[in-house]
Amino acid sequence: MKSLRATTGRTSFASRFARWRGSSAVTVAGLIALALAPWFLSDFHVGLLSKFLVFAIVAVSLDLIWGYAGILSIGHGVFFGLGAYAFGMYLKMEAAGTRLPDFMAWSGLVELPWFWRPFGDPAVAIIFVFLAPMAVGAGLSFLAFRSGIQGVYFAIVTQALALILSIFLIGQQPYFGGTNGLTNFSTAFGFSLQNPDVQFGLYYVALAGLTLAYAVCAVITSSRFGLLLVALRDNPGRVRSFGYNPVAINVIVFTISAGLAGLAGAIFAPIVGIVSPAMIGVVPSIEMVIWVAVGGRGTLIGAVLGAILVNGAKSSLSESFPLIWQFILGALFIGSVLLFPSGVVGTARRLMARWRPPHPSESAPRAPVAIQLSSEKEPVP
Amino acid sequence: MIGTDPHPSPLPAGEGTIGTALHSGPFPTGEGAADRNVLDLSKVCVQFDGLAVLDELDFSMKRGELRFLIGPNGAGKTTMLDVITGRTRPTSGKVTYNGIVDTARHREHELVKLGIGRKFQTPTVFHSLTVYENFEVAAAYKQTLPMLFADLPARTRERIEKVLDTVGLSGRRNDQAGILPHGELQWLEIGLLLAQDPKLLLLDEPVAGMTRPERDKTGQILRSIAGSHSILVVEHDMAFVREFATTVTVLHLGKVLSEGSVQEVQNDPRVIEVYLGHRHEREGEHASG
Repeated sequence: MKSLRATTGRTSFASRFARWRGSSAVTVAGLIALALAPWFLSDFHVGLLSKFLVFAIVAVSLDLIWGYAGILSIGHGVFFGLGAYAFGMYLKMEAAGTRLPDFMAWSGLVELPWFWRPFGDPAVAIIFVFLAPMAVGAGLSFLAFRSGIQGVYFAIVTQALALILSIFLIGQQPYFGGTNGLTNFSTAFGFSLQNPDVQFGLYYVALAGLTLAYAVCAVITSSRFGLLLVALRDNPGRVRSFGYNPVAINVIVFTISAGLAGLAGAIFAPIVGIVSPAMIGVVPSIEMVIWVAVGGRGTLIGAVLGAILVNGAKSSLSESFPLIWQFILGALFIGSVLLFPSGVVGTARRLMARWRPPHPSESAPRAPVAIQLSSEKEPVP
Repeated sequence: MIGTDPHPSPLPAGEGTIGTALHSGPFPTGEGAADRNVLDLSKVCVQFDGLAVLDELDFSMKRGELRFLIGPNGAGKTTMLDVITGRTRPTSGKVTYNGIVDTARHREHELVKLGIGRKFQTPTVFHSLTVYENFEVAAAYKQTLPMLFADLPARTRERIEKVLDTVGLSGRRNDQAGILPHGELQWLEIGLLLAQDPKLLLLDEPVAGMTRPERDKTGQILRSIAGSHSILVVEHDMAFVREFATTVTVLHLGKVLSEGSVQEVQNDPRVIEVYLGHRHEREGEHASG
């Protein structure tokens, strides 16, 4: 009995742990590199890299639902935006002090709207950073999955939501600053955002956020719940016939993903100093999907790499070729989907596996195994 | 738990048994007298666009029985399984599981938790997961969300080991399910059902596409698990039915045409007329397999 337990234990948890440990060496090395990076970069590049880390949080959150559970969202800008606006409202309140936020005064408001008032309290704002995207995410996914809206249809619904939210915000000039969004932040928790040291600190906030998001997703994907997500991607109907409620699993994972995207938005606001509908709509949401596709979906490290690589390319190439950058991005997406469907990380792993001696179970040729089993000794009575 | 089960079980009674669910689960499970039927269909009708697929079907099965269900194409066999598992709602009539559970009152995944397991016609396992991971997903079906983040309980892991042995896939545990050949996929799927320790197993064509040795092995597996489980097998392969069936039900046009031993059914003139007229043709098909 004891030996049985030991062997079975190794095949379940320990093998998963071993797999995790293998990739964790890369993860830890990457984390150390990112932690040291600002000491070797200019202020401008630190700011840029901070932004990329925030995008990497979004990419990880998107990879959790798309790469593992197979739920494609092309409206994740919504959750990113809700987090960004929630924290941006606090920053705006802090900047305005006792006066009315500037854009409200320009639009002729004389009094602070009731729903802005709680955001003077940073604790409330931070709660809403998670609450708003998670509530919207839970509501959307519950309604959609309960009525059997999946796959492409669900993706279209998320896209529509991104369009609706950005149009709504543009139309609400007096309440949310319209097209300009929320700008002119001055301080966060009393620290001046113009101070390079504060921006330096915000880099580490972004890195901490990414580490947290990564850890959350790593715990989820290496658990049996993570297996269920992959099972759901493979065959949702079978998950149901095994006695699970696929709707519940979908809603849980989608809500977590929305919350992480909201966290990214909140960190984004003080780093960039502006929160606007331009970051929420259809195009940014699709870009998020491209980060994951290029990096390699189904691997968390791939999502991080994809976000950093694509945005790095974007910031250097869009300066040199502003007119054709969008085409390059589109070509990148089509190319990665058609030629490298497993992305940078998946392709790199395949190439590495070719050089390494194959795993014993993989090296066993398929046909002989089948023959051997069909003429096997009589089954256990 | 084992005490209430009249038949010795080859599998340990783990946390997934119906007995436990009686105390902790939210559903009535109807654990009771041994002679109670595991399944009763009474005047069940199913219509698709006015076409009667099941027509006032009456059917019952005792606990621990291994029953074979045969019938020509369109007889309503798969629809009958759909009705039992809650996938299709009957237009009228009642399906009673374990004597007291009205299946129309439960959703599909709830019925699975109550102990109704089903293998579909085409093997549907999770191709990206390994064989063992497939078992982990199947066996964890009663776990709450926090439990899904902990290691599997030792009892569950032991049950998975036993089932892996029963279906002969111990050596395949770390292989991706997607690379398994057809026969092993079928066993994997039967094994996944067993890992859930259902009281009633519904198997839709478990030997379709199998070689003869594979088919025989499947028959042995079914025999070894009958008694502790009630099994309803839908099968086209008459050679297989003759070899392993004790009681056979013949379905035709949504009704039970005949029921009894293989011998009785084969000699029933109505059966010969509507179904076994195809017999020689089918035998020819499978003799080559």
